[in-house]
Amino acid sequence: MSFEPKNKAVKWVEDRLPITGMLHHALYEYPTPKNLSYWWTFGSLAGVMLVVQIVTGIVLAMHYTPHVDMAFESVEHIMRDVNFGWLLRYMHSNGASMFFIVVYLHIFRGMYYGSYKAPRELLWWLGLVIFLLMMATAFMGYVLPWGQMSFWGATVITNLFGALPIVGESIVSWLWGGFAIGNPTLNRFFSLHYLLPFVIVGVVILHIWALHTNGSNNPTGIEIKDKQDSIPFHPYYTVKDMFGLAIFLIFFSAFLFYAPNYMGHPDNYIPADPLVTPAHIVPEWYFLPFYAILRAVPDKLGGVLLMFGAIAVLFALPWLDKSRIKSARFRPIYKQLFWIFVADCILLTYIGGKPAEGAFIIWGRIGTVYYFVHILILLPLVGLFEKPKPLPASISEDVLSKSPKAEEASNA
Amino acid sequence: MTTTTPIEEDGVTRRDFLYVAAGGLGAVGTAAAIWPFISQMNPSADVLALSSTEIDLEGIETGSEITAVWQGKPIFVRHRTEGEIEKADDVVVADLPDPEPDADRVIKPEWLIMVGICTHLGCVPLKEQGDYSGWFCPCHGSHYDTSGRIRKGPAPKNLVIPPYEFLDDTNIKIG
Repeated sequence: MSFEPKNKAVKWVEDRLPITGMLHHALYEYPTPKNLSYWWTFGSLAGVMLVVQIVTGIVLAMHYTPHVDMAFESVEHIMRDVNFGWLLRYMHSNGASMFFIVVYLHIFRGMYYGSYKAPRELLWWLGLVIFLLMMATAFMGYVLPWGQMSFWGATVITNLFGALPIVGESIVSWLWGGFAIGNPTLNRFFSLHYLLPFVIVGVVILHIWALHTNGSNNPTGIEIKDKQDSIPFHPYYTVKDMFGLAIFLIFFSAFLFYAPNYMGHPDNYIPADPLVTPAHIVPEWYFLPFYAILRAVPDKLGGVLLMFGAIAVLFALPWLDKSRIKSARFRPIYKQLFWIFVADCILLTYIGGKPAEGAFIIWGRIGTVYYFVHILILLPLVGLFEKPKPLPASISEDVLSKSPKAEEASNA
Repeated sequence: MTTTTPIEEDGVTRRDFLYVAAGGLGAVGTAAAIWPFISQMNPSADVLALSSTEIDLEGIETGSEITAVWQGKPIFVRHRTEGEIEKADDVVVADLPDPEPDADRVIKPEWLIMVGICTHLGCVPLKEQGDYSGWFCPCHGSHYDTSGRIRKGPAPKNLVIPPYEFLDDTNIKIG
């Protein structure tokens, strides 16, 4: 199926720069497994959210002032005076949460269906790089309104680097451009917050390139074997993704219009005060599991290393998971462990938002230990001892065996 | 095909040498070109110039405390009571997480002057709170005693004592 442009102008361009053909291949004829469920929609939703964040961010930057004396007021100016400023800012701040929601579901999807396994290890890695860039971008973006949570969140997170032996202190003052968080810090965070989304776009292009090299995984985890197993991306998945997008936008709008501050924190509507720390500082919800891991360790350097380690171990997933079977559908024990792991991540999210005292400390430690036990011990062991269910011969066979007709036939 | 490059005894050619020399010089040049871009993020000259602050101690009652600012950081200036000083002295120094006798942390025992930043992750601890009636950090639960020494919690070090001197009986200069 090669691309043959009918329009003369398109053909003229295509002979000199085959970009139309490339897009035609990627968005139209790209052979996609015919059994993808809605769990496969979150990748394209993440792409949509990246665009939403970039577009709203660019227009917000037209009204925002990155200076410690003016940042807070310029955000209030956006909220009160700029035409539709409230809408654009709420789209951007809630958009960040929405972006993380779809990306977390996208990552869990990959873990359930073993999408990180050969030959998709690099695809997985590129995804994790995007995730890390997103965290850096979101963190710096949260500092820009220069409220109390902005300031103290920035203080705590940048101080994490101070835990490094010998070089720690110089790294922290290098990050700050001073002896405390101040105007130089705000300026550079604004600069980098504007830059990083475009870096993310670059890595997303690599991510899609790697995806299209070996094709999408699917709920069976079996690769496409012949033409029977695949359908073209357009119109089948463009339509499916658009329907998913419509549902998702309803969800997004519910927060945007009815609870725009639900995922924020009231303390961030108090201007930053370098002399007073709010009584209970918490990061945004999407950082809470990692924050819980940080606080679970009673040692500063240990906590920092474990927190970064929680993401670092994800890079090793393709090699830690010893099972040759990709999809959890055919892995009875792994399937249960997966849901316990999801529950553990939810527990850590809850604990990360609670003060570090009493039973919260104990549960934080249990959750942290289990996180690493799952990835470093259970995952390799299950792969060795688990007896998988019989795999269907192909995607087609699996799909047909589930259709009502086939069931009637087998009941008869 | 004949080679035009003479091969020397140990198999190293003139071309190999040129490769390594050009590559090496290129690496040094690149590093030198990158350096200004790294260094610009360090504290600038005007930030470095704000290195000292003077504080008037008159009017700070016994048992009370003010927060001054030095280099953008909060400085706790506490006029300690007899009881607080006694409590700070009454510990086995060797048993502390960061052993330091109270006497080494003050110039005059009644004036305790510290950088008011938790040594864990940089929050500002609250005064007259915690298990040791000194300072308590609300962020991650570090307890400091009446000498500002870490006693319990995740912070690794005592609250930092800034460099300061008494200009006269009621004035100090920090930095």
